[in-house]
Amino acid sequence: MSVDILLLGLAGVLASAGPVIFAAIGEAISERAGVINLSMNGMILLSAMGGFAAALATGSVVAGFAAGAAIGGAVAAVVAFSSITLKQSQVAVGFVLTLLCRDLSYFLGNPIMGQPGPRISMAPIPLLEGIPVLGPLFFRQDAMTYLSFVLIAAAWLFIYRTRPGLVLRGVGEKPAAAYARGANVGGLRYLYTILGGAIAGLAGPMYSLSIKAGWKGTISGLDGIGWIALAITIFGGWSPIKVALGAYLFAFLQWLGLVLQSALPGVPSQVLQVAPFPLMILTLLFVNLGNAEWVSNALARLPEKPRRALARLLRAMNAKPPAALGTPFEKD
Amino acid sequence: MLIELRDICKTFGPVRANAGISLAVPPASVLGILGENGAGKSTLMKILSGFQPPDSGSIIIDGEAATIRSPADALARGIGMLHQDPLDFPPLRLIDDLILGSRGPLRPDRKKAAREFRELAVRFDFDLDHEAYVDSLTVGERQQLEILRLLWLGARALILDEPTTGISLPQKQKLFATIRLLADEGMTVLFVSHKLEDVESLCDRAVVLRQGALVGSSEPPFDTKRLVELMFGKEVPQTPRYKIPCGETVLAARGLCLESLRLQIKDLDLEVYAGEVVGLAGMEGSGQAIFLASCAGLERAVAGSVCLDETDMTSRSHHDFKREGVAYLPAARLEEGLVPGLSLEDHFILAEGKRGLFIDRREAEREAVSRIASYNIKGRPDSPVESLSGGNQQRALLALLRDKLSLILVEHPTRGLDIESTIYIWSKLKERCSQGTAIVFISSDLDEILQYSDRVLVFFAGRVSPPLSAEDLGVEELGRLIGGKGWERFEASATAETAEASHV
Amino acid sequence: MSDSRALKPLFQGAAVVLALGLTTLVLLATKAPPLAAYVNIARGAVGTVSVALDVLVAWVPLLLVTSGLLVTFTVGLWNIGIEGQITFGAIFATWALRSFQGGAASGAIDPALAIALSVLAGMAGGALWAMLVGALKTFGGVNEIFGGLGLNYVATALNLWLIFGPWKRPGVASMSGTVPFDKALWLPTINEQSRFAPIAVVLALVAIAVVFALIQGTYFGLRLKAVGKNPKAAYLLGIPTWQYTMASFAICGILAGLAGAVQVTSVYHRLIPSISSGYGYMGLMVSMLVNFSAAVAAPVALFFAALNVGSIQLPITLKLDSSLAGVLQGTLVLFVILAEGARMRFMKKGGRKA
Repeated sequence: MSVDILLLGLAGVLASAGPVIFAAIGEAISERAGVINLSMNGMILLSAMGGFAAALATGSVVAGFAAGAAIGGAVAAVVAFSSITLKQSQVAVGFVLTLLCRDLSYFLGNPIMGQPGPRISMAPIPLLEGIPVLGPLFFRQDAMTYLSFVLIAAAWLFIYRTRPGLVLRGVGEKPAAAYARGANVGGLRYLYTILGGAIAGLAGPMYSLSIKAGWKGTISGLDGIGWIALAITIFGGWSPIKVALGAYLFAFLQWLGLVLQSALPGVPSQVLQVAPFPLMILTLLFVNLGNAEWVSNALARLPEKPRRALARLLRAMNAKPPAALGTPFEKD
Repeated sequence: MLIELRDICKTFGPVRANAGISLAVPPASVLGILGENGAGKSTLMKILSGFQPPDSGSIIIDGEAATIRSPADALARGIGMLHQDPLDFPPLRLIDDLILGSRGPLRPDRKKAAREFRELAVRFDFDLDHEAYVDSLTVGERQQLEILRLLWLGARALILDEPTTGISLPQKQKLFATIRLLADEGMTVLFVSHKLEDVESLCDRAVVLRQGALVGSSEPPFDTKRLVELMFGKEVPQTPRYKIPCGETVLAARGLCLESLRLQIKDLDLEVYAGEVVGLAGMEGSGQAIFLASCAGLERAVAGSVCLDETDMTSRSHHDFKREGVAYLPAARLEEGLVPGLSLEDHFILAEGKRGLFIDRREAEREAVSRIASYNIKGRPDSPVESLSGGNQQRALLALLRDKLSLILVEHPTRGLDIESTIYIWSKLKERCSQGTAIVFISSDLDEILQYSDRVLVFFAGRVSPPLSAEDLGVEELGRLIGGKGWERFEASATAETAEASHV
Repeated sequence: MSDSRALKPLFQGAAVVLALGLTTLVLLATKAPPLAAYVNIARGAVGTVSVALDVLVAWVPLLLVTSGLLVTFTVGLWNIGIEGQITFGAIFATWALRSFQGGAASGAIDPALAIALSVLAGMAGGALWAMLVGALKTFGGVNEIFGGLGLNYVATALNLWLIFGPWKRPGVASMSGTVPFDKALWLPTINEQSRFAPIAVVLALVAIAVVFALIQGTYFGLRLKAVGKNPKAAYLLGIPTWQYTMASFAICGILAGLAGAVQVTSVYHRLIPSISSGYGYMGLMVSMLVNFSAAVAAPVALFFAALNVGSIQLPITLKLDSSLAGVLQGTLVLFVILAEGARMRFMKKGGRKA
């Protein structure tokens, strides 16, 4: 394989990880505030369909992305309303929404199925694209992929380096303490759930206006992306940079699967397509292994040195969710 | 700051938590607020600090009527509250915890905040590293952090809610010195406690709440007997200590080594005899909880052995211990001991552990009625456990115990209970002792330890004292040991023993 | 108290009205005639005896998985992996049927016994896949939602691989599935054309009745409840919690596997790619709608089955996508959840004033 083709492939990996990055960072923001938005999988389908429909109707991809963000925000608002105001189970509502959004996207998208529509164009950045290796990788992408790079940095800076970001962490960690310090817990949870939903809502149009252009209903191949994004949020320990690394890892493995497919003609393509899912289970297994009781029991039987090393390794991999994740807040 | 409360009323359903309380706290003074659990102290402080609005009544600050809508509102007016469980953020660094919630530009100036934090810490002689994580601190240090934070935010009045629970003696002394210093500088301090001794040694004035009303106040020199009468409405009856002859060894821990993230216990030896009560004293997190758990098979020993009745039970499961007649009652009753959502009757059925397919509900109800009566629980067979009061939940936990037990392990048997329930719970436990059951319990209440134990084990940062006879141990000495003082003599005897052993 | 009881149907009624309203809006948005669509669904579900029997055919797997899910919900688990468990049940049953095929034809094994053994194999397959989710949860700390989902996709892939690989039709492999089994190995239906097997209906009704009795009246059920509501306390009360968690997964898997086996032996008579047909997810919706109680699960599942069967004709008659049934079901469950939350909020507000 020549270097150019390899670079092209890796550039494709960076681009195809984009939607997952939007979805997983959006989810991380929402979960940092203490709200699990489980509707992700269906919502991405709906925003893909809605974004494509909007772009088709207006001829503008910008309108398509705006529609995607609006759909993501609206679905998240339902999650927020039911869990924050009505104190219902976040898992239940999220799950119903994921199915409802999926069926809605199939039903409403029926008339525009298979139609050709606008798509986002490549926007190489002059001068920078000429840099060897880095140029083709990072600076010969479309606008949304650039935005995904910006989002990673911006989300990280916001969460770890700003005053409101600190409050966001506080709200998800110990809402009672955040409230005592003047935070409007309910309001902030609404804000970040809807904001996270809107960011995640960009994932759909990134598929339907770019990576898998058009709307193809049940065979769009988008069913499952949202679940992967949810798992990557956990894998990345709710930190934007680690979340992004997780997304790139998955995109890379998927690309590897495609490359390997030509080498393994006997394996049906459907089988390779599900490769990320056992991988998802495995990563979650590693991330959570340190919490399991039998592991600590087994560790206790080991001699001192390997025990300490293993325990440190497990602790390093371990991801701790925001302490108040999924629980409603009542000020007394 | 002069704080006046006028005719504060607050009811929760049928309960009048505050029934027209009026109070004035002048600046540069420490006011003690005494009262037993449920007397209305917490409610009053929550109203003053903005967590709850009063039903009626007014708060007047420096002569001006003030409406306090939220804790942030209270702090903006200079009233800061230090909660019993510090309201901080364990996974954050101290400096982030400090900044969180403060106003200022989008990017906080951490350097400036750190400098100011250090200056404050030095002034009060607190040894806190602003880059450390909050969850690496002890409760006492977390209190210090909260105090510094409130001062940093400009608090001119401090409310401290039961601040001496779970902190070491030196930390308490430092806390009291800090409070005095602040009061002398003009701070208004409200010190909420049910510990007479703390209030007597610290406060310039004390008021007593009982059943939602202010029933009296007192100034130094305090008359302890009168304060007790005010608090409880009567003199507290002291149950006489009666000795039960000890039987055979029920539990034997030999060379037990335990490890948790924070501390290590090494070579713990203890034999517990039938009918005996062993109290485990120490500030919270000194190792007594993991030791108790290891005696129930809930915590695995790194080395050493645990024997029950001469059966080696090391690294067996809790259910094996249960089968050998060991019962374990956790401190968090509703979180770990009972199942919210299920009724008392359901709990009795579960605890019985009967085999079989279908439940005979009529039989179960009969059984439940009789247990409820014999343990004096205020509830019906179909009452969900979460609807019971703390005292009744603890009674229910006792009622769930099997009839024949060799050992009962209890964490904080009477924490949060009123005096009547406390006495009742202990009478039931002692009844068990007279049947030959041994009891090992943890308590942070020194009086409880001394009053009910036959022998006491003191824990300090993973170090464990040899069993001490409760009769010979005074409150003061116990307090010193808990605070980490006077341990040298144990070491001396231990070295003597090893020296002896090596001679043989 | 009497007030709050009177309020419940009021809020639930409002939820139904809102769900219908929103679905109507969705129909209007696609410029479809709402009334015609609803009439079409109704006619498609109960218009003729044949479609009404089809509703019962769809009811069987839905009721089976719902019964199973009620058990896992009792221990507080979201067994989203149910889809994969149905698929695995179907795969195991197919494998058994394929191995009995020769014996049944030559008379070496009684066809009825072969079917029974195959159904048992399906149940074992479902249980196996469910316990894998359970093991990941208990021993690996992997949340059952993610573990289950991942295994759903793995089961689907395995199913496709079997259909396109080892079990492919002679000649060309296709999405239409494996070669149909011998007629002797079909679960007996009321007539040649119908897919309605009375035995299957009986099995489903027995399943829901057993689950109801299990949860309401037995020690096992009470312990499951305790584990679901507070595992820590349940353990201290002497209940072996992880065994109970695994047992609930196993029971759910058995019922899901039974559903999969019924699909291959009585409905499709072969293994097809989307053998679970979304019944697992639908069962989760039914469970939520009945508030996790077995008492009214059967009629609600029947209603959902009717919606699904009724909407099959929509693409032909009205050129609408049949996912309309899912939209209606989804909005219904969503609004019922929201209405329950609104009711509790309303009551709490009322309580404060009193």
